[in-house]
Amino acid sequence: MQNYVAVKKLSKEYSCRQLFVDVSVTIPDRSVFVVLGHNGAGKTTFLRILCGLVPATSGQVDFVHCGNVLTAAEKRAKLGLVSPELELYGELSAVENLEFFSGVRGLPFTLQRAREILEFVGLKGRGHDYVATFSSGMKQRMKYAQALLHNPPILILDEPTANLDEVGVALVDTIIRRQKEKGIVIMATNEPREVCYGDQQLSLA
Amino acid sequence: MISNFPWLSRGLAVLRKDLRIEFRTRYAYSALLMFAITTLVTVSFSVGGFLAGPEMTDIAAALLWIILFFSAMAGLSRTFVQEEESGTVIALKMAAEPEPVYVGKYLFNVVLLFSLTVLVVPLFIVMLNLSVVLVGGFLATVFLGAMGLAGASTILAAIVAKAGAKGSLMTVLAFPILLPLLLGAISATRTALGGGSPEAINTDLLMLFFYNGVALAASLLLFEYVWNE
Repeated sequence: MQNYVAVKKLSKEYSCRQLFVDVSVTIPDRSVFVVLGHNGAGKTTFLRILCGLVPATSGQVDFVHCGNVLTAAEKRAKLGLVSPELELYGELSAVENLEFFSGVRGLPFTLQRAREILEFVGLKGRGHDYVATFSSGMKQRMKYAQALLHNPPILILDEPTANLDEVGVALVDTIIRRQKEKGIVIMATNEPREVCYGDQQLSLA
Repeated sequence: MISNFPWLSRGLAVLRKDLRIEFRTRYAYSALLMFAITTLVTVSFSVGGFLAGPEMTDIAAALLWIILFFSAMAGLSRTFVQEEESGTVIALKMAAEPEPVYVGKYLFNVVLLFSLTVLVVPLFIVMLNLSVVLVGGFLATVFLGAMGLAGASTILAAIVAKAGAKGSLMTVLAFPILLPLLLGAISATRTALGGGSPEAINTDLLMLFFYNGVALAASLLLFEYVWNE
């Protein structure tokens, strides 16, 4: 098992309220890990700790790639995140957003690549529109474009089908299936059809 | 060539993005410009006609840097506050290493402050009817002073963006940190306007140069901790 995510005795508490205690799990390559729980149970916080956006109260998370534990910078290059809390730049067009995220990741940017990825997420022909003018569903698709831009081996999805129509939901199904073939999907959801994808589940009380 | 320096090339991506957004919204520049123009007009109406003699250069030098300092405080914090308030900070943190973010934001603040300085300083000289004796020294003072203001303000803006009382905190935090820079810049400006010796202005310019170096190095070292907080 060369690539995996190891969560070791992870705990998080806010103002004396414990969200979860001593969570330990190993998420192997080519699998889907689903985090379940009622509103406020700590699903989003769990994902944010995995991403390194929020510190854990105790415990640790290791992203292992080819047998080596990734540094923060390496982890950044291998993670893609889609979350309701993540926003893109509304004052930039869809193509300009992708150009920025390519540039800041040190990736070469081509208009062709931007068109391909926008077409894949169902935003063909909208590349030069400002993201601020997009509907909430289109913004969610745009978040997928941003998250998949660097072909990350690990995709972290918080409420993956939020704001999406039936076609959008089918797109997320495709993305999860494809991602499972080449890496890891970690998602927080309570949607029964998304829970079914999970090879492993973690239920936060 | 630039691709050999990842911090710089990625920092330039942040700068391009911020300039594009600023050009379309003018969030920060409007705040800077309105404050600068308002204080400049007020100063010129209230003291413009009364300044004469050796006191003139002392007061004018202090007034110029008061205008630039408070203008910087009014606008330069927007770079990080905007990212926090609009929620784009998560996407930025997921995509970019801390150092290129600092480099990009610093360069953006430098561009913003230079574009303000280019407008405000000539207006200040004309409206207060001043004459610059040491032109080279004056330009170097304004250049190094603006760079120093931008450098220290950038790291402070990153700290302020995490706090609740964003508006007042920036000025409160900035004052003690920027005081050495302001004192040096005022002293050098006074010399340049009053026609003091080049040796005297060189000492102040050297101090401003080292202040810039220290502010930039300390900010780059500290920024990762502020950014990941």
